[in-house]
Amino acid sequence: MPAKGAEVPTELQSRLQTPSPQEAAAGEIALKDVGHGYRLGRGATVQALDQVSLRAARGELVAVVGPSGCGKTTLLELLCGLQTPDRGSVVCPPAVLMPQRDLLLPWLSALDNAALALRIAGLSRAKARTRAQSLFAELGLDGFQHARPRELSGGMRQRVAFARTLLSGKPVLCLDEPFGALDAITRGEMQEWLAETLARERRTVMLVTHDVEEAILLADRVVVLSPRPGRVIAELDVGLARPRVRTDAEVTALRERALDALAMGARA
Amino acid sequence: MRRGVLRALPPIVLTAGLLGAWELYVELSGVEADLLPAPHAVAAALWQNRGLLWSNFTVTAEEVVLGLGLALACGLTMAVAIHLSPLLRRAVYPLAVGSQAIPIPVIGVLLVFWWGFGIFPKLVVIALICFFPVLVTTVDGLAAVDPDQPKLLRTLDASRWQAFRFAELPSALPAALSGARIALAVGVIGAFIAETTTPTSGAYPGLGREIVTDINFATPRAYAGTVLLFAFAIACFHTLTIAERRIAPWSIQPRGEPR
Ligand SMILES: Nc1ncnc2c1ncn2[C@@H]1O[C@H](COP(=O)(O)OP(=O)(O)OP(=O)(O)O)[C@@H](O)[C@H]1O
Ligand SMILES: [Mg+2]
Repeated sequence: MPAKGAEVPTELQSRLQTPSPQEAAAGEIALKDVGHGYRLGRGATVQALDQVSLRAARGELVAVVGPSGCGKTTLLELLCGLQTPDRGSVVCPPAVLMPQRDLLLPWLSALDNAALALRIAGLSRAKARTRAQSLFAELGLDGFQHARPRELSGGMRQRVAFARTLLSGKPVLCLDEPFGALDAITRGEMQEWLAETLARERRTVMLVTHDVEEAILLADRVVVLSPRPGRVIAELDVGLARPRVRTDAEVTALRERALDALAMGARA
Repeated sequence: MRRGVLRALPPIVLTAGLLGAWELYVELSGVEADLLPAPHAVAAALWQNRGLLWSNFTVTAEEVVLGLGLALACGLTMAVAIHLSPLLRRAVYPLAVGSQAIPIPVIGVLLVFWWGFGIFPKLVVIALICFFPVLVTTVDGLAAVDPDQPKLLRTLDASRWQAFRFAELPSALPAALSGARIALAVGVIGAFIAETTTPTSGAYPGLGREIVTDINFATPRAYAGTVLLFAFAIACFHTLTIAERRIAPWSIQPRGEPR
């Protein structure tokens, strides 16, 4: 059951039905009563997620916010099929993960890292590079094709990781705090860039962040998780036109609501 | 250019100092020349016997290079197999460790019985001595891959082989190269052991045999041969270090030196 205090809105209740295979085929994400834990040493276990039900329509951008350790990364790994849930069901079209750490491969150049998914799909090195090149330039990485990851700044590394994620061509993107390591200015630029890119090239996105403002600026819907074990304690529809400005009254109002929900979850 | 000279200076100064001390010691202590020849006598022997020593040296050098190649091939193959199969690890690893305790003369005759008086039994001995550091460092290197990397590759739909090729293999390469360097350092003495512990028919050439024959009645020449082995080990080591910069450039830490 969701935590007391924050009632699940009725409009959400209607969404919480058993996912059917058709929905998956239609590109919809559906989690139903998902629970997942980890075994630690000496028989101890830690429950990361509990009774999480969640949906995302095709092309929707859903932001997931919640305190550290509440199971956000776990949620994305379940969607990507890297783990199977202990309980409940997960239906998700093919999803690609942009991990919390950028995980660029140190032995590949920046461009080859971006093109990794294409190489894996069987393209030759040259073809993969050509295909990755234009996106690379769009991300403002021109001139750094041959740089190795450790020669890039934190922001550049994240952009390369993002290019790699996009180039996988999968319909669902699971972004785990993609802009976490960036300074405020670069972060703002990247948020704009992400919004533009998605406007052009529609994908379903699960965006994990602990920055509530970022969630509201980017998402169609914001899901708030409680502290561990993570449960859905609130869902906010962000029905605002884009581009959104962080100082807008509506944006700040929604931010306050989300922060209230988080604070309530922390007390519960 | 200046930098190169400066770099070469410390080993040159140290070598010169040691040679000077050696020369002085022989001069002052009056130690017999066939027990410890003075450096100048060794240098003279090296020059006078250059033809003989060189022709023996090329044989030994070939053994070292081919033997190391065999050791690398065996070490790397076994490491990959052990990495991929826990069953093989349990079966093979203890035997690999045990193999390092085999006194070579015990099997020397058998190897020659199998493969004759040629170079191959010697390569086997060198490989037996040298594969082990390659095996151990590579197995550890493969196991030390950042577990999130194969995970990431899986979400990009990589096959097991592709995950291996893009993550585990390159991540283990620097460790494998360290193993190769250790192997190289013991490879030269391995060739000496191989030459002196496998039976030969007549005069099989090679610096090892030459040194063993010389040590009793032509000590300076034995020392001269040793100098060649000494220099060869350093040269091989250096070559591998240069090769490493090409094979695994990402593993060389930038020193922050201006270029
Ligand atoms: N591989 C694992 N083994 C054991 N416990 C784990 C593992 N992965 C996560 N956990 C535990 O599960 C809980 C949720 O972890 P998760 O990484 O999903 O949190 P998160 O919300 O992403 O946190 P953060 O915001 O700090 O990244 C944590 O308490 C963590 O200790
Ligand atoms: Mg996380």
